Amino acid sequence: MLRKFFTFSWVLPLAIILGLVTATSAPAHADEFSDAVQALNAKSKKQIGQAIDALVATGDERAVPVLEALLNGKLFYRKADKQVFFAEKSGKVYVLTDPVTGKEAGEATRKEAKKIGINNKLRGQLKGVLGAMTLMSPDSAKRMKAADEVFKANSPGMLPMLEKALKREDDADVRDRMTRARAAIVLEYGTDTQARIEAAKVLGDFTDPDVSALLSKVAANADDDAVKAMAQDMQVSVENRLATWAFVGNLFQGVSLGSVLLLAAVGLAITFGVMGVINMAHGEMVMLGAYTTFVVQEIFRNNFPGAFDWSLAVAVPMAFLVTGLVGIAIERGIIRWLYGRPLETLLATWGLSLILQQLIRSIFGPTNQEVGNPSWMSGAIETSTGLVLTYNRIWIIVFSLAVLVMLALIARKTMFGLQMRAVTQNRSMASSMGIRSGWVDALTFGLGSGIAGMAGVALSQIDNVSPNLGQTYIIDSFMVVVFGGVGNLWGTLVGAFSLGIVNKFLEPYAGAVLAKILVLVGIILFIQKRPRGLFALKGRAVES
Amino acid sequence: MTHQPMILRILHDRVAAAVLGILVLAAFLVPVLNLMVPETSPFHVPSYVVTLLGKYLTYALLALSVDLVWGYCGILSLGHGAFFALGGYAMGMYMMRQIGDRGVYGDPTLPDFMVFLDWKELPWYWYGFDNFGFAMLMVMLVPGVLAFVFGWFAFRSRVTGVYLSIITQAMTYALLLAFFRNDMGFGGNNGLTDFKDILGFDIQSDGMRATLFFLSAMAVVGGYLVCRFIVDSRLGRVIIAIRDSESRARFLGYRVEYYRLFVFTVSAVLAGIAGALYVPQVGIINPSEFAPANSIEIVIWVALGGRGTLVGPIIGALVVNYAKTYFTGALPEIWLFMLGGLFILTTLFLPKGIVGTESIVAAFEARRLQLAKWLRPYDYADKEAGQ
Amino acid sequence: MTQHTQTILYLDGVSVNFDGFKAINDLSLYVEEGELRAIIGPNGAGKTTMMDIITGKTRPDTGDVIFNGGIDLTQLDEAAIANLGIGRKFQKPTVFENHTVFDNLELALKGNRSPYQSLFFRLLSEQYDRINEVLKIINLAEDRQREAGALSHGQKQWLEIGMLLMQDPDLLLVDEPVAGMTDAETEETARLLKDISKSHSVIVVEHDMEFVKALDCRVNVLHEGSVLAEGSLDVVQANEQVIEVYLGR
Repeated sequence: MLRKFFTFSWVLPLAIILGLVTATSAPAHADEFSDAVQALNAKSKKQIGQAIDALVATGDERAVPVLEALLNGKLFYRKADKQVFFAEKSGKVYVLTDPVTGKEAGEATRKEAKKIGINNKLRGQLKGVLGAMTLMSPDSAKRMKAADEVFKANSPGMLPMLEKALKREDDADVRDRMTRARAAIVLEYGTDTQARIEAAKVLGDFTDPDVSALLSKVAANADDDAVKAMAQDMQVSVENRLATWAFVGNLFQGVSLGSVLLLAAVGLAITFGVMGVINMAHGEMVMLGAYTTFVVQEIFRNNFPGAFDWSLAVAVPMAFLVTGLVGIAIERGIIRWLYGRPLETLLATWGLSLILQQLIRSIFGPTNQEVGNPSWMSGAIETSTGLVLTYNRIWIIVFSLAVLVMLALIARKTMFGLQMRAVTQNRSMASSMGIRSGWVDALTFGLGSGIAGMAGVALSQIDNVSPNLGQTYIIDSFMVVVFGGVGNLWGTLVGAFSLGIVNKFLEPYAGAVLAKILVLVGIILFIQKRPRGLFALKGRAVES
Repeated sequence: MTHQPMILRILHDRVAAAVLGILVLAAFLVPVLNLMVPETSPFHVPSYVVTLLGKYLTYALLALSVDLVWGYCGILSLGHGAFFALGGYAMGMYMMRQIGDRGVYGDPTLPDFMVFLDWKELPWYWYGFDNFGFAMLMVMLVPGVLAFVFGWFAFRSRVTGVYLSIITQAMTYALLLAFFRNDMGFGGNNGLTDFKDILGFDIQSDGMRATLFFLSAMAVVGGYLVCRFIVDSRLGRVIIAIRDSESRARFLGYRVEYYRLFVFTVSAVLAGIAGALYVPQVGIINPSEFAPANSIEIVIWVALGGRGTLVGPIIGALVVNYAKTYFTGALPEIWLFMLGGLFILTTLFLPKGIVGTESIVAAFEARRLQLAKWLRPYDYADKEAGQ
Repeated sequence: MTQHTQTILYLDGVSVNFDGFKAINDLSLYVEEGELRAIIGPNGAGKTTMMDIITGKTRPDTGDVIFNGGIDLTQLDEAAIANLGIGRKFQKPTVFENHTVFDNLELALKGNRSPYQSLFFRLLSEQYDRINEVLKIINLAEDRQREAGALSHGQKQWLEIGMLLMQDPDLLLVDEPVAGMTDAETEETARLLKDISKSHSVIVVEHDMEFVKALDCRVNVLHEGSVLAEGSLDVVQANEQVIEVYLGR
């Protein structure tokens, strides 16, 4: 049914099909092929375009490398005789290969040979025809890619090829893509109203920004009102679904940012929330964790390159240990002298953060350090709807929740957790019951710092590892803890994720910087309303 | 004691009297030594030193403003750098407008960066800044109004202690991000610079530099007197009372939020004036002045000098900034270690600062006595013989 | 009707919840003008919370607190309530430790509390005399220039009572005034409070039964956030329920 309406463009595709069929049986078109190749060396881009079609029409399988070379800028002509060659750069000269015979044809200097230039339009055409020519490839991944290329090029000349490929296609996914490509061609270039409406309906099932663009183009330009209306309807439905997916994408981005905030803030929720200690050097604990990762990875790179994927498994406990010990040292050395003077604690720990930053700068230098992703953290889940979920982000979300759960278990289920809560609620009573409150303080602070260090391991996977790493997170982490409500892990969780999500949903409208400013101002206003955060304790407990 | 005239009270406070005396003396002497004494003379003060000292003095005024809220009101503001920077921007806007058509692009009204951004007309908030009087009003009004609005929200809902510190920090951080944006119309990343003159006088000239130094010194003295007046009044005693026992003050019927708001706003205005004097002396104002780290650094000047003493922060600001200039030049690697160490050591071992610590003041007093005996031996010989 | 005009404080059906714990449960209480009233009760009975509600520190979930025949205190904050004429002494003596005894009293002096008035305030001679008078009453005349932080516990209690006198409120709420005092001081305090109650209404919260006895006034027993018994000390001490609450079963 469909073909009937494309009579005007029959000659070329028929030739392709015939060509492909005949090419495999009898390579008798040597002359025609070489002429077509020579024709690529034309003056105008328009002529080159026609030459490409002609070359495709020869149906010769040698056309594929020629077209690829043209696309990749490796097709040259010799100035002396205008003959077309593949050119491979070798030192200062080009090694020329005859595309017709496949034999080497000597060398040429840069002056003697010239590249056949193409523009973006030709590039699109080339990708399309190359796609069409690989529609029959035995490799389903290649066929899938080819179908996408054909869809992007959207040229009526490829329709018959597509029809043929569709008939023999048995992979459902690839069929889907081919159907999309066919419907696109029919909708844009077809003449039969009914067929075009059908095509619009088919396209309406795809959730893809390109489909939406095509539909809106047709809705605006089509000469047929019925087609126009249907394209319009379908475009709206595609757009709606796209919006849903964009929402999902934003949500993921927000949750991802939230998990980063959670990691940065959860250690603070202990030191600030449980102990009431303002640790301005908290960001530097995160930074130390990231540098521990760097050092561990360096050791792996130099000694056990094969086990690099396991480097993080070592880095996490190492970072916890290193920053935990540093934390204990800070508590015993500085903070314990300043209990009951929160503002002084703030200043002293700020001083400490300056020292730690400068220390790391002096040892490792001020530049960013290279921290690698293990293979299981690289890559991403991508969907045709434009959603990209990178594995490192997904792992960090999982990791942040795991850390939170672990912390909740420590606080609720262990003896140390019990002592920790006892000391924070009533120090003198706890001491008189034989709890060594000094050590509980030190260990609690060490725990908070150690968790910051583990956060540093995770952040090293997505952020630059530099001495300033901690500074970028410190204000955000305080915001999370204050917003969520001090002394409440649940509040920290909700605080981190809601701030992350709100931030990411504001970004498309306001831009990244303004979104951040709005969130900050929002928190400042929120604190006016609920000075003790989302999940605040009420009553006498907080009066003191 | 508090019912004496202010001048007597200041004279009674030896350290304050000495510092103020030196400041007033320097205000007159330094410009004279710079302008009147020939360069070949060993008593000549080079112009760059005048500007450097002038810059330190603006920091001293800034420290004074932080001391007023922290030392007396108990509000640790980590956002005073923002008020300083806003005062500075207001001054910078005036000087930008003064450039007129002498800019690179030669536009008579639009500053260069706006021409560069392809803006066609001046944003409304730049109107009036070509008028010196209006600009000076804005120097005080903009930080004052921001402090008033921010304080109104914060103090009314009883945000205090570390929470207040954190949200003041968030405030200056939000402003930092905002001023980095080109759309804000304050020159974005580069800020405002390439200033030419104030009231027609070239800001590079020695006379102008000496004048700015003089004004900075007098601003510190004036700022001290204003703070002293506030602190010695009954209002001063009320804010100390609030600092020490907020709920007692409330149950006596004092509206704690109004008192805090008053002091916070006055302090922000002082910081704004300091910023306005700072910018013409350093020749540039950019968003980095809003950096939270800057605001925290001010606090250490106050802490080292002695919070709640008014004169301590002046000393603290001068000492720390002189050290900063010296060490960032001589041993740049060491400076952050020193600054960090200063934070830790001051809070651990010198919580009352230099001026607040009795033994240091006693040592100062002993030296003063020694000097007085050396200057007027007979007076003291008589007195000691009498005893 | 006539009784209503004489009621200076009237709590009606007041309840407050702290995270599910009912600190005050349907509490109703009248205090007459010029009356001295003692409130007793075991720990956690809600005595201090009741004070918090009257002075505006805690907002009740339900119920009314009416002062001076018509002013609803639940809508006002601490400063406004204080300026209406309700003074409060805390359980833990709370004075301005960095101010002298004299300055503490001066700050409590009745008068305009606005920042502007404070900035340009000058002490009048009759106010000066009044401060000296109170200094004598509270036995701190010789310590007038000492910092309040340097006073003994009992002296701080007295200073705080002195501040209430300076404030000259219509209603005084006094929370455990004799905690940490010697017997002689306790007696003195009882005499002082009875003296004050001649010209003011006073509510005293106390544990010390000797002291309550010395006050010789109407007593309310609070238990689990509501009034268990009311009457003279002898009457409530004879009450079965009260004995049960205090001694346990």
